[in-house]
Amino acid sequence: MSVTTEFAATEGRTYSSAPLPGIRLGQNGLVALSWLVPVLLLIVWEGLARFGWIEPHLLPAPSKVALTAYKLTVSGTLLHDLAVSLLRAAVGFAIGGGIGFALGTLVGFSRIAEAFIDRSVQMVRAIPFLAVLPLVIVWLGVGEGQKIFLVALGVAFPIYVNTTLGIRQVDPKLVELGRVQGLSNWELIARIVLPGALPSILTGVRFSLATAWLALVVAETIGAQAGLGFLALDAREFLRTDVIVLTVIIYAMIGVAADSLARLLERRLLKWHPNYGAGR
Amino acid sequence: MTVQPRAEAFQKNAVVVSNLRRAYGERSVIDHLNLVIGQGEFVVLLGESGCGKTTLLRALAGLDPVQGGTIEVPGRPAVVFQEHRLLPWETLWRNVTLGLRAGDARARAAAALGEVGLGDRLDDWPRNLSGGQAQRVALARALVQEPKLLLLDEPFAALDALTRLRMHGLVKDLVARHQPGVLLVTHDVDEAIRLGDRILVMRDGVIAAEHRLTPDQDVAAARAELLSELGVSVGNEK
Repeated sequence: MSVTTEFAATEGRTYSSAPLPGIRLGQNGLVALSWLVPVLLLIVWEGLARFGWIEPHLLPAPSKVALTAYKLTVSGTLLHDLAVSLLRAAVGFAIGGGIGFALGTLVGFSRIAEAFIDRSVQMVRAIPFLAVLPLVIVWLGVGEGQKIFLVALGVAFPIYVNTTLGIRQVDPKLVELGRVQGLSNWELIARIVLPGALPSILTGVRFSLATAWLALVVAETIGAQAGLGFLALDAREFLRTDVIVLTVIIYAMIGVAADSLARLLERRLLKWHPNYGAGR
Repeated sequence: MTVQPRAEAFQKNAVVVSNLRRAYGERSVIDHLNLVIGQGEFVVLLGESGCGKTTLLRALAGLDPVQGGTIEVPGRPAVVFQEHRLLPWETLWRNVTLGLRAGDARARAAAALGEVGLGDRLDDWPRNLSGGQAQRVALARALVQEPKLLLLDEPFAALDALTRLRMHGLVKDLVARHQPGVLLVTHDVDEAIRLGDRILVMRDGVIAAEHRLTPDQDVAAARAELLSELGVSVGNEK
């Protein structure tokens, strides 16, 4: 009896989606609102710098940074240094990612490989990779080798861990089905195990992109002759804070771009997956 | 001399099992079991949970090792499991042709999917299918291999009652057309009577009873007998 009356009471109720009475914003309005604070901060910063409230050699005006960016782009310095940095990141990522993926695959498939490799890898993984920087400088000097090594070291572990995890999590029933359908071992890996492990592997790629970038920033701050880090370091000598701020902004932009790239990869490669697929 | 009659037997038999033994440690799950299924014959294996019927099917599929006896199957048997086991990352036609060694794979997939009423869904993804549709694709994937022996491990158990009845009709038609020997494992007595040419009741690792069904079979009597063999009393319902 009491149940039916409660039902009757809720029936007439309506829910409003408006967060505040009197204010209604569409999707575009909300996007515009989310940009309001960053833009305001930029204007305040510009104003403070223009009217001399901030010393230019401590923090230059945003317009000054933009002008510097334009000048350096026209002279070609910026693009050259950017290319050098991206190349280091790419080579380090390829080497570290390749090693991480190969070891991860091996350990994911074989218990013997796990016993042989995994403990050692986990021990090395426990070291914060930036802590070995002094040692790496002693071994490899301050040339390209040291930078690429550091990036590779940072990249290898997230990929290793997620590849192993992904392979272990593949549904054994699907592997059994593959055997019933007469797949060879290679076909089993190519059509069932690796696709099944792919969501996890791509998570590893996303993590490692962030690590690669961090490694590069640190590595380039030490004894670089070219690259974004060199640009910043060189600027510090001459108190060119506008160039320093510019490199910081570029580092941030490339970080965002790398993450978008990883997400694009996920949407493309996992379009079958209900949690990632765009074409539902 | 001995090879000749065996090769001849293969043309008629989908599977010959002799003296099969499967054990976990000391405990025998299948105990010296003999079974012959002919080409085109629909055999249903009934039994309580844990009687060894799925173990037998898995042994015939070559999924588990056996501890004694022989299983002779011409070619590779095809299996439909209780779950559809479609690869979510491949389209339906790629799923159907998994493991198929043929140049015209897509055409064969189209024909097989057409047979199960999904001929217009070749490039669709498994996640867009209902349970019954997914199980039909699994059936197409089994039949596209043209198996001599088709093993069905409770393939209808997870379907709703109406879908299950439609699947019964579909499977019966497809088996009549492709003529594989069939071993269906189930615990549904009505399903067994509807589909089987021959019904085996398994108990404690051996085949405890065997029934051949004729077209003019007294269904109610067969049902009561099978249920009593399975240890279910239906006498006091009337």
